[in-house]
Amino acid sequence: MFRLVREPINVQSIAASLQRPEDGAVVIFEGVVRNHSNGKAVRFLEYQAYESMALKKLEEVGSRAKTEFPIRDIAIVHRLGHMDIGECSAVIVVTSAHRGPAFEACRFAIDAIKKIVPIWKKEFFEDGEVWVEGAH
Amino acid sequence: MSIRVLFFASLADIVGTREAAVEAPGLTDVESIFDRFAGDFPALETYRSSVLFALNSEFARPASEVKDGDEVAFFPPVSGG
Repeated sequence: MFRLVREPINVQSIAASLQRPEDGAVVIFEGVVRNHSNGKAVRFLEYQAYESMALKKLEEVGSRAKTEFPIRDIAIVHRLGHMDIGECSAVIVVTSAHRGPAFEACRFAIDAIKKIVPIWKKEFFEDGEVWVEGAH
Repeated sequence: MSIRVLFFASLADIVGTREAAVEAPGLTDVESIFDRFAGDFPALETYRSSVLFALNSEFARPASEVKDGDEVAFFPPVSGG
């Protein structure tokens, strides 16, 4: 399951919908909105995406994770728009028979998202706002 | 020839829109379209070394050829997650 959403992410329902009796491990990564960035207090974030390409790239990340690691399934949901401190901006759920590949695939997926999925966040401070730009 | 051009994040702020159309004989590759907008919006020049190009929702090279009806996108390195 790969989705871009604008409403709060229900992590537990995504995990529950993915899990099957043959799974021995469910690894969940949540990206959450942090109240500071480079020493400055962050008030909130806004995420923007090139939606058609972002969805395609989320699917590509999931497909690569399934090819490279012996996992059973993976779901990735990324939220867009305004998010307050502590809210979940992205969730990755990986299920597999054993924990090792699930942890590794989850780490692979979040790292890949931060490289190839066209989504950007804007940080809002007391005295201004700035688009965060990733490294190549 | 008509090309749909999309901008995101800081590049959209510079251009003042997320979507534009160019009717353009003589624009043959992705970089020539970027050049056209950089002419109108000189602040784009500061992004020339870091900008990423997409052609029809897939990463593209500066020299990737464009044709009528294509969708080209320009954006900075991504920062989702």
